[in-house]
Amino acid sequence: MIAMDENSNISFFKDGFRLDGRRADQLRPIKIEVGVLARADGSCYIEMGGNKVIAAVYGPREVHPRHLQEVTRAIVRYRYNMASFSVEERKRPGPDRRSYELSKVSREALEPVILTSYFPRSVIDVFVEVLQADAGTRTAGINAASVALADAGIPMKSMISACASGKVADTLVLDPMKEEDNFGQADMPIAMTPEGEITLLQMDGRMSKDEFHGAMEMAMKGCRDIYEIQRQALVDKYSQLEAVPVQEVEACE
Amino acid sequence: MSSVISEIRKDYIYNLVLKGERADGRSFDQYRDISVETNVIGKAEGSARVKLGSSQVLVGVKMQPGEPFPDAPNRGVIITNAELVPLASPTFEPGPPNEVGIELARVVDRGVRESKSVDLEALCVVPGKQVWIIFIDVHILDDVGNILDASSLGAIAALLTTKVPASKFGLGEDYPLPVKDIPIATTAIEFGDVLMFDPDVDEESIANTRLTVITTADGSICGMQKSGTGILKPEQTYRIVDIACEKAKEIREKFLEV
Repeated sequence: MIAMDENSNISFFKDGFRLDGRRADQLRPIKIEVGVLARADGSCYIEMGGNKVIAAVYGPREVHPRHLQEVTRAIVRYRYNMASFSVEERKRPGPDRRSYELSKVSREALEPVILTSYFPRSVIDVFVEVLQADAGTRTAGINAASVALADAGIPMKSMISACASGKVADTLVLDPMKEEDNFGQADMPIAMTPEGEITLLQMDGRMSKDEFHGAMEMAMKGCRDIYEIQRQALVDKYSQLEAVPVQEVEACE
Repeated sequence: MSSVISEIRKDYIYNLVLKGERADGRSFDQYRDISVETNVIGKAEGSARVKLGSSQVLVGVKMQPGEPFPDAPNRGVIITNAELVPLASPTFEPGPPNEVGIELARVVDRGVRESKSVDLEALCVVPGKQVWIIFIDVHILDDVGNILDASSLGAIAALLTTKVPASKFGLGEDYPLPVKDIPIATTAIEFGDVLMFDPDVDEESIANTRLTVITTADGSICGMQKSGTGILKPEQTYRIVDIACEKAKEIREKFLEV
């Protein structure tokens, strides 16, 4: 379906639209569900295009092993994991070098907004499972994790929203899908706060300085749109809950 | 004890930054002295020892024929690994690479791969059956800060001196590895609204945020990695990229012109 030639303009765009019918600056459809897991303190299921990702938050809780604990703040752990069936060719289960790196940068994307000093000597665990992958799993994971943290009631300065921009056939595109990621010229995932502070920035491929500026603005616009969806998902869940009647507690004599 | 001293040291560096100075007298965008020595290991197909100030990194390249990946039957394979051996820093521990080591290796790899500096098609022996596998092994010897830039520089310097050991495997005459581009990694840390390039180990310890930008000979960007638990403003990323391009050009011209 896709020509391997990186410079062929015909393969990535048809009548100015992308292979899946999107405009260059358009996100794939996003669906967010909050509180999908019973045991976790907070959880979130997200679909971004063909990506299906679920995130769970446990904590703040006791740190094991003990020597990892910090006296002045909570530590944050983030585990990005891909299901073996999430990709075309079966992936060998368990962590690989890619998932170690993604776990590290994803944790560092969320940590700046978590008020860790509220919970010294404890840990906030974030587990992200990629059930189906379709380019952009790290950003989908971060979006889900951010909502799951809010769902768990972890105090945060703000939410984090993430998406990628990229370059195919010398054109900047938002939220690249699999074909654009595999055969495109560049891919740049970012994460940011609604105030526009960048907490994750990675890039591979090749782009000029001007293209970088353009890609950055495009991705930031995408993040802002995703933030609204995340926010709405949280509002939807918590406005549905019935107000819990406050029970008067008699003071013990 | 050492942590008490480092708290005082952190304070000292912090107050210097407020005055617009660095402990070793450099300006904020100035690199420490760099030296690149190539062909330092005779047993390796290519090697380089890079000194960046007092930081020392040794990179060795080994090559052997092997099977290609099924999705790229006509292309050679690059495998990059980094060893943060305990002799290099009191904070490094023996054992399998941790996430810091893995990230380092993957960012070095990103520079080599995404710049397309190595002509992988030229490393195909029998399509779908046999290609050359390049092992880039980064050995950190002394971590006095910014080992990522040093490793990246070492990797491309080693590749530039690499001879494909064809005769050893009965595949004809040895020949120099075809290298088409020179990616240079440039790292800055953000600290109190100040951007500091080529941070030393003390400066790294006070900063929360780091951005590495890898640029190619034609001045485009071929890789980036933000690291650390802080934030960057978009304007800061633009400034880092601007300065990174200049610095990379200087380094490339001084040490690695092909």
